[in-house]
Amino acid sequence: MKNAYLPSEVEVVDRIQESPGLFTLRLRLTDVEHQNRYHFEPGQFNMLYLYGVGEIAISIVSDPSDEHIIDHTIRVVGRVTRGFDKLRPGDRLGLRGPFGRGWPMSATEQHDVVVVTGGLGCAPVVSVINYITHRRERYGHLNIVQGVKHSNDFIWRERYDQWRELPDTQVLLAADSGDALWPWHIGRVTDLFSNLSYDPERVSVMMCGPEGMMQVVVKNMLAMGVKENKMWLSMERNMQCAVGHCGHCQYGGKFICRDGPVFNYTEVKPLFSVRGF
Amino acid sequence: MKQDMNFLPRDRLQGLLDLLAAQGYRCIGPQVKDAAIVYDDIASVEQMPRGIRQTQAPGSYRLHDSGDDYLFSWANGPQAIKPLVFASEEVLWQCDADDNKQLHFTETLPEAQKIAFIGARPCDIAALYIHDRHFLQQDYRDPCYLARRQNMVLIAVNCTQPADTCFCASTGDGPGASYGFDIALTEMAEGFLLECHTETGQAITRDMQLAKAGEHTIVQADELLKQAAVQQRKLPAGNLQAVLFNNLDHQRWHEVAARCLSCGNCTAVCPTCFCHSEIERPQLDGSGSQHLRQWDSCFTPGHSYIHGITIRSDTRLRYRQWLTHKLGSWHEQYGRSGCVGCGRCITWCPVGIDLTEEVSAICMESPT
Repeated sequence: MKNAYLPSEVEVVDRIQESPGLFTLRLRLTDVEHQNRYHFEPGQFNMLYLYGVGEIAISIVSDPSDEHIIDHTIRVVGRVTRGFDKLRPGDRLGLRGPFGRGWPMSATEQHDVVVVTGGLGCAPVVSVINYITHRRERYGHLNIVQGVKHSNDFIWRERYDQWRELPDTQVLLAADSGDALWPWHIGRVTDLFSNLSYDPERVSVMMCGPEGMMQVVVKNMLAMGVKENKMWLSMERNMQCAVGHCGHCQYGGKFICRDGPVFNYTEVKPLFSVRGF
Repeated sequence: MKQDMNFLPRDRLQGLLDLLAAQGYRCIGPQVKDAAIVYDDIASVEQMPRGIRQTQAPGSYRLHDSGDDYLFSWANGPQAIKPLVFASEEVLWQCDADDNKQLHFTETLPEAQKIAFIGARPCDIAALYIHDRHFLQQDYRDPCYLARRQNMVLIAVNCTQPADTCFCASTGDGPGASYGFDIALTEMAEGFLLECHTETGQAITRDMQLAKAGEHTIVQADELLKQAAVQQRKLPAGNLQAVLFNNLDHQRWHEVAARCLSCGNCTAVCPTCFCHSEIERPQLDGSGSQHLRQWDSCFTPGHSYIHGITIRSDTRLRYRQWLTHKLGSWHEQYGRSGCVGCGRCITWCPVGIDLTEEVSAICMESPT
């Protein structure tokens, strides 16, 4: 059995500056055979290692059908990400993965989908949006809802513009505060929920962002007739081993790295708003 | 198994040690170091804690010399098997960068040694089996743990002198060993009742040509274990997950947090605590970098840290995490409680917090 702790070498193929302090690394395993058999599901993550500095969990944002490249969008927050920020094409790092359980993409086929993200950057659900837009005929109406604190925090404007043009797709954007050029809603993202379009009997809600925001989304969706078991969310905790051994990501009896990071709401509900777990 | 019971005179225990050494085992056994019983390499029975008794109480551990010949008339020390299979610090892998800045990752597994662990207590064997489930019987096997674990022979010594802090009888993990060992000994005045539980155990002792144990010896050993099962402390029986998680706002969490120093001693001595952190240690000469793991504790602020947020920012939340996990959500993960009743967290707590008292207060005085 392969040693799950041992990284493999990857090469930076490209680096895209998304916004100040936010960038995407496009990676390829240097072992061609390994790259060929590498497969992941939307919502899964990799452990990325910076030589001599350390290893962190980062979600995968590229499409699973792209066999040549693995994309990670990274915000500069700590020691390791500051180092990643300096990487350029040709540089090497370590990768192990993919780990965890991703979004229920098969189980939700033919459903209307509501994707709700909040806060800064929402890499774990961008993979869902990409997945659906590349397989548009398999899903019903797609609602993309994104809330940011300030309009300056909004990234990937071009992508949202493209998504807006897709058939049977609507994009709802809100900023708590924004400048004069922000053409969309100013206020809370939940203000937009009355514009959502879905069949409550055949809908799947997928969300990621700060837990306070997800609590509000759950409350609103429940009030709008969506059943608890039709909601999924991506959880985040300290992760160091990625395989359910190191203990940091425990959430009650769950290991977020192994049993998640994507959970059905019913699985996390008992502890969802309890401080300290 | 009664028919497989033999008698090992105390003066022949050295013969067992010699035999194990001759069969290529590294013998690890109990001895007194720094005023505590520790397990370390052992070649002679003379190194064992002959005549030693102990007094354990919340926040207190003392050894006394009784002057008699008993070698195992004590309960436990701060550590036993855990550090041998799950090292307090170990290198997981090494990374080297070549002149072209290409990276090379090298697996650094510990040497697989044949270890004979002499004097394993039933509680510690139960804890080892919990760690086997955690590290080996999941989707991913831990290769370092496996390398250390796979060639280990366990020679249990049943507990005839539990400490006041022991409560293994209430968790079902002692004072007698019922599984997991190759050979079990029960110490009496003249020597040991010896029971082989595995083929490995039989193979080791075959050449010793021990006499069958007499009926009187077997009855006497049974009686000793019955007496040892009478313990002052106990845990409430059954799965406490529901009752603990129904009492997350109990006043007792505030009270225990006022006493707890959040030092992590309890998690360090707990034979089932498995949390560890991964760290990076680049060589000073730039020639490479080691990736290590070290024991960690849910009582540290770093344990629950994510990008600017500490999920468990105060001691109440950390103690509650520890206890609700150990006695509650552990059932969901491993089908049993994470407590084996060894009492170490009570003894080695610098302020003498008694887990059995805390859990009783929370579970018995349920406000509902």
